[in-house]
Amino acid sequence: MTQTIVIAEMNNNAVHPSTAELIAAAMTFGDAPTVIVPCTEAAAADGAANMGAGSIIAAKSAAFAHYDASGWASALDAVTPQGTLITGASSQSKDLAARIAARRGLAVIQDAVAIEGNNVTSPVYSGKAMQTVALAGPAVISVRSNVFPPASGGASEVNVLDTEGNVATSVTEFMARASERLDVGEANIVISGGRGMGSPDNFVHLEAIADTIGAAVGASRAAVDTWEAIPHAMQVGQTGKTVNPSLYIAVGISGAIQHLAGMRSSKYIVAINKDADAPIFQHADYGIVATWEEALPVLHTTLKSMMG
Amino acid sequence: MPNIIVLVKQVPDTNAKIAVNGDRVDLSAVKMVMSPYDEFAVETALQHREAAGGEVTALTVGGAGSDKILKDAKAIGVDRIVRVAAEGEMDSNALQTVLAQAVTELGGEMVYCGKAAADTGAGSTGPGLAERLGWASISNAISASFDGGLSVVAPNGAGNANVQAPLPAVVSCDKGAFKVRKPNVKGIMQAKKASVEVLSIEVPASAVSIVAHALPPAKPAGKTYNGGEAAAEVAQLLRDEANVL
Ligand SMILES: Cc1cc2nc3c(=O)[nH]c(=O)nc-3n(C[C@H](O)[C@H](O)[C@H](O)COP(=O)(O)OP(=O)(O)OC[C@H]3O[C@@H](n4cnc5c(N)ncnc54)[C@H](O)[C@@H]3O)c2cc1C
Ligand SMILES: Nc1ncnc2c1ncn2[C@@H]1O[C@H](COP(=O)(O)O)[C@@H](O)[C@H]1O
Repeated sequence: MTQTIVIAEMNNNAVHPSTAELIAAAMTFGDAPTVIVPCTEAAAADGAANMGAGSIIAAKSAAFAHYDASGWASALDAVTPQGTLITGASSQSKDLAARIAARRGLAVIQDAVAIEGNNVTSPVYSGKAMQTVALAGPAVISVRSNVFPPASGGASEVNVLDTEGNVATSVTEFMARASERLDVGEANIVISGGRGMGSPDNFVHLEAIADTIGAAVGASRAAVDTWEAIPHAMQVGQTGKTVNPSLYIAVGISGAIQHLAGMRSSKYIVAINKDADAPIFQHADYGIVATWEEALPVLHTTLKSMMG
Repeated sequence: MPNIIVLVKQVPDTNAKIAVNGDRVDLSAVKMVMSPYDEFAVETALQHREAAGGEVTALTVGGAGSDKILKDAKAIGVDRIVRVAAEGEMDSNALQTVLAQAVTELGGEMVYCGKAAADTGAGSTGPGLAERLGWASISNAISASFDGGLSVVAPNGAGNANVQAPLPAVVSCDKGAFKVRKPNVKGIMQAKKASVEVLSIEVPASAVSIVAHALPPAKPAGKTYNGGEAAAEVAQLLRDEANVL
């Protein structure tokens, strides 16, 4: 049996809770994995305690101050044991997975949603089909969030290993996000508006609900293309972001195949559309045939009272 | 005057229905096109050439059927079109090994590719190729400027960053600020006459093999309600039945 190692999912130099899901994914191969925490301060690795790790290594390097693919892959490679590596499936982690796999001459499998023995399943053709591959040896696998139930317990002692990275690019400017809102790619709940919202000003109704339930606000391509005020960063779909939240609420969105490509793997889908024949209803767990003008105020009032 | 290479891949049209026959996807009835993000990569490569001079070569790894997308790239203005002849399945390791050799043989100094291919959705090729070549890589670029060296805007941490990359580098392209140009009549005529240079490179064995394709598990039919008042009930169900609030 090959050893399995988890590269912790990081967010603002802190271990992201989804790392516990990666540990659970790694355990399908056998023992509790070693977890490597890329950090600038070893204290960050304490965040990996109680997530079911077999052991925890703080990989400490100035290279981890911000993301550079070459810098991260080389700094991690130097302190990561050989074996099968598991990473998260955020766009940064997929990039790192690909780069470290190439460094080790391993194949990389992205966006795994199931692991059984040496068989790994991931979506292909924008989720229109699932592909199962067999591993003949160690590989690098990025694992989608909200798939494996988080592991718990395990090691809490941290070994610190200093490492150096070959940083190849330099950041000349960090640009603040246009809004302080949650990013659709990271949020656990996403509420998106389409052309059916009628005007970009009406997105305030989506924002109000988002604030009540801690959601990110997304948009269809038609909304992004039609209205300058709706930035591409909000676009969900084939040429936008792929999201995998536990709840996706589509408002005034028809459900074109390219939109579905970005959100069909959401755990629960709610659709609000005035057209009962809109294709989005075929994918909705809960469909409401109504205009958003009728439905959103009711939804917001109910959610507000539920959330206390 | 950089020697610029842009990677393009042929994939099923994103509007196409994907059928599974036995345990493999069946693409026989599907229209094949250039992967959408590769169109942004081609555009960025052409803008790079316009700013810095040099040459743009469109490169694909695939069967003869892929010549069509190379001609499409030619029609919008690339200088050379090259295909590494290869059929069948390749894992990321095999594909990137072949691409690294092709880029080296072509003397590439800069590579653009798509953020993710529409079939794999992986986003592995750009960073993986860069690692094999020992180059810098920046993924998911949304814009680029070329005066005073290559400077790219791409997501970094919680927002975007302006990143300076030394050449050689691999940049993968998201849909961004650049509008993709359309072919003109002259381009289409030139593409008709152009011939594809075919390279043959030995493909290493894959360590990963496809076991099966399947359609995604069908969702149980959802519940549908009429009228906006139903939103109250749906909110309750989201909490009590779906447990997502
Ligand atoms: C290569 C390619 C890539 C693409 N990538 C993407 C992508 O990444 N993301 C994406 O979303 N699309 C993408 N598209 C576009 C996609 O095909 C659709 O055109 C787009 O998703 C439609 O957006 P929409 O549903 O908001 O608009 P429409 O199709 O115009 O639908 C609007 C909906 O709103 C409903 N409506 C109207 N008024 C109301 C009201 N008052 N209350 C409630 N409902 C109302 C209507 O019944 C309708 O169903 C892509 C297309 C191509 C060709
Ligand atoms: N067979 C191929 N030939 C040429 N370029 C490819 C090939 N496969 C992938 N690419 C390039 O790499 C990008 C990302 O592909 P992927 O890593 O499969 O998501 C694509 O958008 C193409 O630009």
